[in-house]
Amino acid sequence: MTKIFERPLYPYTRHADQDAVVPVRHKVVIIGAGPVGLAAAIDLAQRGVPVVVLDENDRVSFGSRAICFAKRTLEILDRLGCGDVATEKGVTWDQGRVFFDEREIYNFHLLPEDGHKRPAFINLQQYYFEQFLVERAQALAAEGAPLEIRGRNRVEAIGAHPDHVRLEIETPEGPYEVQAEWLIACDGANSPTRRMMGLDFVGRIFEDNFLIADVIMQADFPTERWFWFDPPFNRGQSALLHKQPDNVWRIDLQLGWDIDREAEKAPERVIPRIKQMLGEDVEFELEWVSIYTFQCRRMERFRHGRVIFAGDAAHQVSPFGARGANSGLQDVDNLCWKLARVIQGRSPNWLIDTYDFERVYGADENILNSTRSTEFITPKSEISRIFRDAVLDLAETQEFARPMVNSGRLSVPCRYDDGPLNGAGAEGLPARMRPGAPLSDAPLGDGWLLDQLGPDFTLLAIDTDLPDRPLPEDMTCLQATRAVSPVLAERYAGEQSSAVYLIRPDQHVCARWVQFDAAAVEAAFLQATGQSRGEAHG
Amino acid sequence: MANLTLSRNIADPDRFYDTLLAVHDELSKDESDALNARLILILANHIGDEQVLNKALHLAAQTGKTEDS
Repeated sequence: MTKIFERPLYPYTRHADQDAVVPVRHKVVIIGAGPVGLAAAIDLAQRGVPVVVLDENDRVSFGSRAICFAKRTLEILDRLGCGDVATEKGVTWDQGRVFFDEREIYNFHLLPEDGHKRPAFINLQQYYFEQFLVERAQALAAEGAPLEIRGRNRVEAIGAHPDHVRLEIETPEGPYEVQAEWLIACDGANSPTRRMMGLDFVGRIFEDNFLIADVIMQADFPTERWFWFDPPFNRGQSALLHKQPDNVWRIDLQLGWDIDREAEKAPERVIPRIKQMLGEDVEFELEWVSIYTFQCRRMERFRHGRVIFAGDAAHQVSPFGARGANSGLQDVDNLCWKLARVIQGRSPNWLIDTYDFERVYGADENILNSTRSTEFITPKSEISRIFRDAVLDLAETQEFARPMVNSGRLSVPCRYDDGPLNGAGAEGLPARMRPGAPLSDAPLGDGWLLDQLGPDFTLLAIDTDLPDRPLPEDMTCLQATRAVSPVLAERYAGEQSSAVYLIRPDQHVCARWVQFDAAAVEAAFLQATGQSRGEAHG
Repeated sequence: MANLTLSRNIADPDRFYDTLLAVHDELSKDESDALNARLILILANHIGDEQVLNKALHLAAQTGKTEDS
């Protein structure tokens, strides 16, 4: 059987653009059909913005690569129309277990709270994730949505101009040119777009190698994340075991810095290592082996005029914490509604700058968390290792030390505290839902809150009346009561008897009040759409 | 603002010092280093207050001889 990553899913076909005398100008061109580029294409197309995706390849990525997809990513996929298919195929997990030497010292639950539609995490090979996005994009296109994916279209040169971007594209049938009003570069950590534009990408390199091996085996390990510090089968280093669909298991072994990378990748070297870990009599087959190093770095700015960078092209973190693809999806979530509004003339160009502000903030949070995890997992000095081992020794018996155990702080969505779009944040309402926070899901009626939000702005009212005058742009209104939806009321109103929330299209809180006030809602809406600059933030 | 106690606060300093050394008896350098690290973590958690901890860290970093001075 051909594996999904061996099959062209969007094969090259000749396009009329290639025969145009004058280069055709498109609204949005996206470079890269990975998870981030595909999600951006779907999001924009769903908002009615025409989009062309250019990819140098014609199939999904080889190897499982990013495997841990966080709850927030699944919620974004729900909005993009493929949350169910990903969750059904994925392996759901929410437990982590930490071992030190031969002992289990600690286990944790990632979502110690009910009342959410989606689980804390699923594990899913990146090629499936991309496949579901490609299928969704193709289904949208078949329904007439303005979206196309052009396979084996490699961008060779970029010319950035004040009101457009010029692209020289190489294909199997020779080169052609197009123009884009907006270009989104989702072309990965080694972004050719970034290089062609001569832009910076600075940060910290970590001197360590990690071996990834995907093995196919029938094993009855539970579907949990198992992490070892200094295990007998990989002395002085770390190890990670994770289950993926189709009986594929991800094994991640720290190897240290001074190694022969090619030799370590050879099956005769890899197989004995894995046998040491799993036991001599476990039967398995290698599906994919890779050795990686990593860096924590980001571009200084993610927006450069009409060129916008998203995902790994804009920022890179260590893999501990699953903050790569998950943060890329949050970039898309943040960017697309803003870009659509600007293209449709509903918001000023300035709104795009808030993508830069908010997602740079998010990238810094991810870099901080992943750098701290890396320091704990791979201590780089004697004293760093002494304290690390002290924490692990204490954690086995002392509750206070467990929160210090850092085997990766797993991705949670960023709160845009002090974001330029945040409006009023009434006193006395629960802190977790302050302006800038991503919405917590909660049961609402027969379904879930997040599923019932509108595609644009939503006004959520708890135990208070809907307005009697029209709201800007016919925003979606949702009403809930504590009697019917106590969990939702607890999360959103807390101690107060009522609450009103203005919610952004990316499902972050924009502003909130205890009582509805039409003028205040309108002011917050104008601020959140860039039509007025918030006085609260100068 | 929480303060780091720097006045005398241990009733019998000699006895405490004895006890502090006694737990290191017969330990190798590595074992002693590990014990000290555990002790710091236990005491830090007991104190809890970030300002007090920062003052203590700062004071410790500022005292004692450095190689260059």
